[in-house]
Amino acid sequence: MSMIKVEHLTKEYAGTVAVKEISFEVDRGEIVGFLGPNGAGKSTTMRILASYLPPTSGRATIAGFDVFTDSLRARMRLGYLAENVPLYHDMRIDEYLRYRGTLKGLAGKKLAMRVGATKELCGLREVGRKKIAGLSKGFRQRVGLAEAMIHEPDLLILDEPTIGLDPNQIRQVRELIRSLGERHTILLSTHILSEVEATCNRVLIINRGKIEASDTPQNLVSQLRTSGLVNLEVKAGNENPSDYLLKIPGVKDVQLEKDGLWRKGWIRIEANSDLREEIFTLAVERKWVIRELSKERATLEDVFVELTHAET
Amino acid sequence: MIRRVCALLLRELSVFYFSPIAYVVLFFFLILNGLSFWFAIALLRQGPSELTVVQAFFNTLFFWTAYLFVCPVITMRLFSEEFKLGTVETLMTAPVRDWEVVASKFCAALLFYLTLWLPSLLYFLVFGWLGNRDAVGSGAQLWGPYLLLLLMGAFNISLGCLASSLTSNQIVAAMMALVFILGIFFLTMIDYVVSSASPLFRDITAYVAQIDHMDTFSRGIIDTRPLVFYPTCSALVLLITYHVFQYRRWKA
Ligand SMILES: Nc1ncnc2c1ncn2[C@@H]1O[C@H](COP(=O)(O)OP(=O)(O)OP(=O)(O)O)[C@@H](O)[C@H]1O
Ligand SMILES: [Mg+2]
Repeated sequence: MSMIKVEHLTKEYAGTVAVKEISFEVDRGEIVGFLGPNGAGKSTTMRILASYLPPTSGRATIAGFDVFTDSLRARMRLGYLAENVPLYHDMRIDEYLRYRGTLKGLAGKKLAMRVGATKELCGLREVGRKKIAGLSKGFRQRVGLAEAMIHEPDLLILDEPTIGLDPNQIRQVRELIRSLGERHTILLSTHILSEVEATCNRVLIINRGKIEASDTPQNLVSQLRTSGLVNLEVKAGNENPSDYLLKIPGVKDVQLEKDGLWRKGWIRIEANSDLREEIFTLAVERKWVIRELSKERATLEDVFVELTHAET
Repeated sequence: MIRRVCALLLRELSVFYFSPIAYVVLFFFLILNGLSFWFAIALLRQGPSELTVVQAFFNTLFFWTAYLFVCPVITMRLFSEEFKLGTVETLMTAPVRDWEVVASKFCAALLFYLTLWLPSLLYFLVFGWLGNRDAVGSGAQLWGPYLLLLLMGAFNISLGCLASSLTSNQIVAAMMALVFILGIFFLTMIDYVVSSASPLFRDITAYVAQIDHMDTFSRGIIDTRPLVFYPTCSALVLLITYHVFQYRRWKA
């Protein structure tokens, strides 16, 4: 049974449609990265899943419980980290974690144990007595994370969990997410794409309220249309290599710039093809000297830009 | 569920009892209460009087000022602060029901309100104990006004909750609550000002004639109409608050 099931979900705010008829599923044990440009509808979707907002139409279930009609049971199974990590300023960290743990049904020894364990995991062990009002952004983020997983929920929904953290902490959180992923299902949104490549089994890309892609990061990258780029640095004497290169079947565009005796630039070829061999043979034929010949490795960032950049 | 509501209630209560503002409120409240008590005694010392000290206390300007102004101050932050800080999002994504939140906020405010009246009760008990049993009056004459304070206070606090759920600004919430509370308080005054007010209007406003109620109750007479009227109205206003709270959250 899937952990999250979203069917034709639509959310309209007064005047604007934030999410349009989206459908997707997340299976138990998956770590799914939820990507999209600003205003794409990530937070809106996550808020609906966390039963904070009601959908305008369509439905969503968490562990089989409808987030709207059976929301209490859905919320029991969910740890949610909101986008700006709202916290009560007057509380101390320990106090806050205990309070939230109690709200989520923990008590007694179990509660004390979980408070200790989550503080340890999120690097809050020494600051438990501190007032939340006096915490830096990164520490608030850690408190939010600790709070989200205090009741060991089946599902964690994290809206930009690493925003505001320092590089060490980002790495720690990434490790944390990966280790949590062994027992929990995680849906996380982020703008840091390397994080997604490092931690997620699957990526959902949303743009203007619509799901544009849903696949593993590797598959997305390999299917990228613009992935066929070859870097070349060549010495060709008086000849202009572009004239010859364009004659190779499959080459679409050549852009070389003169740099002393050398010419340096890129060749655009059809996706899923590799013309390095042909280029090399040509160079040997024409007695050119090659200093660099490499295929550009596309990244998730390229996929992201390709899918979401269009006509804005 | 019980544990959950207790946690919510404790959280709200701890904000009341551990915040410095609460002690500022308590301080002013005690001053006003002290003044009313002093005036009540002064009145009785002018000569033989029909009034008990309790009756005199609950009739001073200071008492009514304290009574009318305290509820908006207690309730102003209840919901507005949650909206302002955005914590309503974390609160409502925990497994708690909307009505549990509304009820626990209301109950916490009511409990705090009641503790504010404890010192005055202490005055009377000490006063009676020091030998002036007659001046304090019978049991009903002492407990009646406190019962009424509970009923009217619950109503005022429910109005304060409503005001607080309507805005994210605490000050605006306090102002709005004050307008509601004073509006209802002065409704009966229209009778005195506009002599041509219809009898029907008089009958209706009699339900919220708080000064008259206090007069009745402090004479030791328990009138059942306020006993039914105030709880019903409080429940009604809380129901509206519940819907406003839900609506604002869903709109967010
Ligand atoms: N409370 C609201 N009232 C009206 N419109 C809203 C509200 N919240 C969000 N929107 C609109 O809904 C759309 C989606 O917003 P959402 O916050 O879901 O984006 P996001 O993908 O989380 O963006 P970001 O990367 O900036 O966090 C935006 O166009 C936004 O203007
Ligand atoms: Mg967002």
